[in-house]
Amino acid sequence: MMIQLEGVTKVYLAGDNQIRALDAIDLEIDRGEYVAIMGASGSGKSTMMNVLGCLDRPSGGRYLFEGHDVGRMSDDTQAKLRSREFGFVFQSYNMLPRMSAIEQVELPLVYQHRRNRRRLAREALKRVGLADRMHHKPTQLSGGQQQRVAIARALVVNPRVVLADEPTGALDTHTGIEVMEIFTRLVREENITVILVTHEADVAAYADRVVRMRDGHIVEDIRKPEHERVQVQRPAPIAAAVVQASSPASSPSSAEAASA
Amino acid sequence: MSPLDALRVALRAIAANGLRSILTTLGMVIGVGSVIVLIAVGQGAQKGVQDQIRALGQDLIFITPAAQSGAQNGGARGGAGSAQTLTLDDSNAILSSGIPGIQGVAPQLTVPMQLIAGGNNQQVVIVGTTPSYPAVRGGTVAQGSFITQNDVDRKSLSIVLGSAVAAALFPNSNPVGQTVRGTIGDRISFTFNVEGVMAPKGGSAGGQQDNYAFVPVPTLQARLGRFVKNATGGVIVNQINVQTTPNANQTVVEANITNLLSERHAVSTPDFTVQSQNDLVGAASQVSTTLSILLGSIAGISLVVGGIGVMNIMLVSVTERTREIGIRRAVGARGKDIVLQFATEALALCIGGGILGIAVGMGVALGINGRDIAGQTMTTVIQPWSVAVAFAVSAGIGAASGSYPAFRASRLDPITALRNE
Repeated sequence: MMIQLEGVTKVYLAGDNQIRALDAIDLEIDRGEYVAIMGASGSGKSTMMNVLGCLDRPSGGRYLFEGHDVGRMSDDTQAKLRSREFGFVFQSYNMLPRMSAIEQVELPLVYQHRRNRRRLAREALKRVGLADRMHHKPTQLSGGQQQRVAIARALVVNPRVVLADEPTGALDTHTGIEVMEIFTRLVREENITVILVTHEADVAAYADRVVRMRDGHIVEDIRKPEHERVQVQRPAPIAAAVVQASSPASSPSSAEAASA
Repeated sequence: MSPLDALRVALRAIAANGLRSILTTLGMVIGVGSVIVLIAVGQGAQKGVQDQIRALGQDLIFITPAAQSGAQNGGARGGAGSAQTLTLDDSNAILSSGIPGIQGVAPQLTVPMQLIAGGNNQQVVIVGTTPSYPAVRGGTVAQGSFITQNDVDRKSLSIVLGSAVAAALFPNSNPVGQTVRGTIGDRISFTFNVEGVMAPKGGSAGGQQDNYAFVPVPTLQARLGRFVKNATGGVIVNQINVQTTPNANQTVVEANITNLLSERHAVSTPDFTVQSQNDLVGAASQVSTTLSILLGSIAGISLVVGGIGVMNIMLVSVTERTREIGIRRAVGARGKDIVLQFATEALALCIGGGILGIAVGMGVALGINGRDIAGQTMTTVIQPWSVAVAFAVSAGIGAASGSYPAFRASRLDPITALRNE
């Protein structure tokens, strides 16, 4: 099991009141799962995402990632785990101002001291269909494009888990669908675990499993049967088949699957 | 994050806030620049005084009469050199004493005098001396010859003019062989034959000596009568210049001269003062060193103020960029990466300001060198150490003022930082 939460509790102090944002949560998520964590605001779903992404430490219980106890890791080890295994996508894109798209995507590699940063960043931007916007600044990109840059930034380190916090919250319906299709493709074609945190049923509907939270508890955990799962929309199946047949390595999806 | 990446990020952040970066850097520019300029001014003053003393000649020891005591002078204590204790005989005794390390001795008796030639006249300093004067005090004869031993023995009315005196009295003709009239007040008057003209000494210190004229010292004694004779009848001089050999131990020579003269004067406490050129340089240097320290401290304060400005800006910058820090943390930056980033930025600001400050400081120091400011010719000497110190201090301030804001930045919780809108 990749992710295991055992009785995880997170308590915040707000003045004299203790707020139990997570209350003895047990949860397991396996490799390649497509999970949506749903709940109203204040239900604890954002805290859940921060704990899962090693951005925040639980106050009680154990969090095992690939069998390693995250709570007992040093800050630096946690930062390393976070930067190598997790990709984050936020509602507000979180672009750095004044940096071009390709520089945004290179950023995680900078902190990993990786070589070939430019090449890897270019490939990640191609995966989200932004090959032609590499040198645009955030102010020159639409919301949907910024969110796709953010996804490329999450993907460039070849993470095992992508955590997305309300990824479509700031987007119109059409671009929202485009972004969700990218996530679906990651799960189906690259076996990446995608965890969506959302309060929108439309978004949660893309996932194979929906975990519903209320007041720090999990109140519902439903897996869709195999035949109801959302599949990747292939815009032109025949064209894709021709490309794949003629040169499998040049097809973006298969090349990435091989490298992942 | 590698240091090169940190530098790249820092330079972009600095460029992104152009005006603010320039104003911050300005504090450092002024700080570093003023350290360099003020130390250059202080050192220039010191060099000016030292040059003036060096222009007197080389390897010199000066013997002057001690201050006249009150009893000898009707109750009022005279200034240094006012007593009439040194004589021409003392000077000759030093020369013939065989004290090792003495190369030459030149006595001098100075009196102010008006020199007149034709329609021209000039107020000059007459130096009564012996033929050894040019060798001891440094000077060369440009035309004719210096006074000779024969002139001294005959008490002849020979005169050698300084270059400025010659130019003033004989603007269009060769002075050698002509006569000049010298007067002191209304009573005393001489007619001198010009034997030679000295080459100009030049410079701010040497220029003064170009307004001297030289005559045999016994001539003055003979003509000025009782004014230049002491109680025992010897020819008084008001200074004896002793030149030592270049490697001589001046302290030993000074002690030997003191013993010799004390014996000759039959006094237990010397009634004269023996001072080497180095003593004078040392005394003058003490004053100008104090000046340098004072100027340096003022400059140092402005450097610190500049550093506080950098720290202030870095703290604002951290607060302003909380969100950026959060994003960087979320994509894998560790606390030390954030420290590195902000410390590099502060350091780059300070080093940039330091380099600009060095350029401005050196420019100003070179610019005012030799110019007249408030009636005084400025001399500045740029000290390499002051440039190095100013630069090192600015870099140090950068590191210090950057590290606290950087530390604050690294302590930010990634989520709190991200939520910051």
